[in-house]
Amino acid sequence: MKTIIKYVLIDLLKNRTILIYTLVLAVLTISVTGMSDNMSKGMLSLLNITLLFVPIISILFATIYFFNSAEFTELLLAQPIRRKSMLLASYTGIATALGLAYLAGVGVTVCILYNSLAAIALVVGGVLLTLIFSALALLIFVVFKDKTRGIGAAIITALFFTLLFDGLLLAFIYSFSDYPIDEPLLAFISLNPVDLARILVLLQLDAAVMMGYSGALFKKFMGSATGSIYTAVCMLCWMVIPLILAVRVFRKKDI
Amino acid sequence: MIRIHHLTKSFKKFRALDDINLQLERGQAVSLLGPNGSGKTTLIKSILGLVIPEKGSIHINGQEIRSHWSYRSKIGYMPQIGRYPENMTIRQVLAMLREVRKDCRQYDEELIRQFDLPAIDHKLMRNLSGGTRQKVSACLAFLFSPDILILDEPTAGLDPLASEILKDKIARERANGKLVLITSHVLSDLEDITSHVVYLQEGKLICFKTVDELKESTGQHQLNKVIAAMMQTHLHENNY
Repeated sequence: MKTIIKYVLIDLLKNRTILIYTLVLAVLTISVTGMSDNMSKGMLSLLNITLLFVPIISILFATIYFFNSAEFTELLLAQPIRRKSMLLASYTGIATALGLAYLAGVGVTVCILYNSLAAIALVVGGVLLTLIFSALALLIFVVFKDKTRGIGAAIITALFFTLLFDGLLLAFIYSFSDYPIDEPLLAFISLNPVDLARILVLLQLDAAVMMGYSGALFKKFMGSATGSIYTAVCMLCWMVIPLILAVRVFRKKDI
Repeated sequence: MIRIHHLTKSFKKFRALDDINLQLERGQAVSLLGPNGSGKTTLIKSILGLVIPEKGSIHINGQEIRSHWSYRSKIGYMPQIGRYPENMTIRQVLAMLREVRKDCRQYDEELIRQFDLPAIDHKLMRNLSGGTRQKVSACLAFLFSPDILILDEPTAGLDPLASEILKDKIARERANGKLVLITSHVLSDLEDITSHVVYLQEGKLICFKTVDELKESTGQHQLNKVIAAMMQTHLHENNY
């Protein structure tokens, strides 16, 4: 398993898309931090960049990579290797590569410049989002046989969580506004990893106004510490559950 | 060595393999023939455990394959299309497979030398031609001197020289008492290296005979004519 992770990383760290992704993140981070005079503003812009780029790039790149290496996966599975180890090793490789790209592009600058709890929350949130959307990509890879459909599903998944979900949330709040929906709303938000990442960072920033309804709720119900732990745990579930499902489907898949 | 018992596999409504029974032994070089979509690749993949059978069983050296994955250390597989991670060099691919197969210490590097791979092993996989990639696949299949060799269209895309080298190698391994299973559309390529022919059509096993038996029963001397004669009789049977 270690061998496969090692060679996936060797392959990916020379990959042009990964290098450009790192570079774009670095340029954006440096320009944003240079432009904004106070930390909160800078953090918020970086948060928006993270929430916009990380999910879609992670899921698209990982899906395409998994489908492109399908033939090599087949060759490796003809060796005496367990299917589970093979699948988890290629996931670990790709998630590590994308995670490192995020750390190098955003993490380093932010931690040096701001060096606060909020900065750490942002980096943790970004890395978790990378891990989650790579895991979703893995699930898409094992469920779909066809590369084109797989990529379509990846785009739809990313758009659903970054754009559509907020619409649904608003509709939910609007139509049940006569009822006490605070607690159901908390559960509802846990269904979207992108919102969870947003709240994870906002809980560390004193920008209650920016948090919107859901963020304020989190702060009111759980306070910063419990809220942060809750969101982080939810995000870990978002990573682990797709992985378990992917391994299960893959065990019985015809390759 | 390989015993296949009532093997059946469907993809949705399509019957890819229909109640296949086969027994293959050491020292045989078996050609797997049949029109496109007749189930050749599915059969190979079932033996490799890549396709999970619906019914029936496969035993390798008396061991049922479903419950074990370690049997694959005895098999060398050369896939139809060899695609490798783009940014890895030939040397890295070979090194990776060696590390994956830590159980094997004895390497058979004859093909690597004959194909002259060390001279180009710093090249990235994405810059290689289809034929060179095919050579890498062939080297990987033979590298761990497995008892069973499964080659899916081995000579497709190879130049005549490389193709001869590969065929010689196949013949030598067979003489060493290994079981070789080959699919190919280029029948003239298989002429001098096969001992048995398995003919599949629409997922059914039509015949499993030695080449000599076939030549006798059809009255033809060249393998491609034998097969053509056989295909024709089966077409007729289907039409009437």
